[in-house]
Amino acid sequence: MAATLSALCSDTALIFSRYARQTLRSRFQMLFGILMPLLYLLFFGPLLTDLPLGSEGDSWQVLVPGLLLQLGLFGASYAGFAVLIEKQSGVLERMRVTPVSRLALLLGRVLRDAAVFVFQAVLLVLAALVIGLRAPVGGVLVSLAFVALLTVSLASLSYALALRVNTPQEFGPTINTLTMPAMLLSGLMLPMTLAPAWLDALSHLIRFRYLVDAVRAAFVGDFVSSQMLYGSLVGAALSVIAVTIDTRVFTSVSA
Amino acid sequence: MAIISTVGLARTFSTPKGPVAAVRGIDLTVSPGEIVGLPGPNGAAKTTTLRMLTTLLSPTGGAATVAGCDLVRDPAGVRRESGYVAQSGGVDPNLTVREELVTQGRLYRLLRTEAVARAAELGLADLLDRKAGALSGGQRGRLDIAMGLTNRPAVLFLDEPTTGLDPGSRADLWKLARRVHTEHGTTVVLTTHYLDEADALTDRLVIVDRGVVVTDGTPRDLKRRHTGSPDATLQDTFLAITGHGIAPDAPALPTATAPTTA
Repeated sequence: MAATLSALCSDTALIFSRYARQTLRSRFQMLFGILMPLLYLLFFGPLLTDLPLGSEGDSWQVLVPGLLLQLGLFGASYAGFAVLIEKQSGVLERMRVTPVSRLALLLGRVLRDAAVFVFQAVLLVLAALVIGLRAPVGGVLVSLAFVALLTVSLASLSYALALRVNTPQEFGPTINTLTMPAMLLSGLMLPMTLAPAWLDALSHLIRFRYLVDAVRAAFVGDFVSSQMLYGSLVGAALSVIAVTIDTRVFTSVSA
Repeated sequence: MAIISTVGLARTFSTPKGPVAAVRGIDLTVSPGEIVGLPGPNGAAKTTTLRMLTTLLSPTGGAATVAGCDLVRDPAGVRRESGYVAQSGGVDPNLTVREELVTQGRLYRLLRTEAVARAAELGLADLLDRKAGALSGGQRGRLDIAMGLTNRPAVLFLDEPTTGLDPGSRADLWKLARRVHTEHGTTVVLTTHYLDEADALTDRLVIVDRGVVVTDGTPRDLKRRHTGSPDATLQDTFLAITGHGIAPDAPALPTATAPTTA
């Protein structure tokens, strides 16, 4: 058991370092990932400063949490594209015929994705500070940890999907179909407190909303709240589901 | 004691149009140190068979052992004892030869130095710091084989190792496969749709057609048995056995085509 665990850790470290090295080699890609939230911050954020948003904190404390989740949501959801490329180049199979732990093949990748997210998120928060964000440091750190966990779950699901489909033409639209409603119905850009009753009710069906609310609560330093509780529960449930699905897919394709 | 032994090894794929039996039942016994060729056109179930023997695809029927390890019960054992080179290779063009070899070595729990030593044995020492994407076709082929030999496997599976290569590079790879075989006694199982390759390189041919083994023997035996003359071409022999030929000089395909699933 101990030997298995240490093998899992060293395999994960190995896979992580391979992909981290690959990422460091394409710095442009890493910066490109934060371009969208950064543009929202610069050109959308200022529109909100004088609007009544119906939530605690100022407009930056409402917008920046949304942008962090946007960064996590889109970055992680498309992570599977890399697996599609590796399937075509044979890299994935080459690794799967070695005795490397199946779980490490997944963990090494998603940990790299989480690391990339944290790096991008720190840059985004720094930019937000310059433009006017003021938020408790503890709240920001809790939020980063929260969204990093979300990244791990979503990236795992994205890899699971990529292992199942064969072409980018199947993968892209599927991801789009899932991420767009998640973004619009979770109140990512503007809080759902602004929504008419039917939209508010609908958004509660999209569990992603609870994560958004929790991160916003953290940004105003509100750690003991129903938002934090629900957010944590949804986050935990999502990770459990993601890991369960993934373990199934990874073992079924590589039994 | 056979190093590969399969009984009724089969794989059926479920498709929207219903189940498709890609491999109907392969019975095959390979002795240690043999070089066995599976010649045949695309779609003859060669790749599916290889993917099952390398644990990439689970069989839907039958049983097999590779190097004494059961395919289904001990896939980790099979992976430890065998090497596989897919048609598409399997190196990242943006990483260097050294990086890929070292990572591969460490996936097999070798030391960094052992992995690099393997590169030197296969004549890659001068290319260690070159990006894999910048190698010539022949060099790429050699790197792919080096990756497959990292763990000094008892059995090396090569899927269409020379597809898309120029004649010089093909001859080089044949020499390399022969050398590995004589120096380390490695058992080699390769698929190819070049019959000259099958003829020149292998000790024994296993003809798989429509998902089953139809016959096997040395190239000479097969020629005599099926055409009546040991000097017949393998193309004619293949035609006599299966009722259809293989295009003798199939146009060289680029290696990075979509992954073959059947």
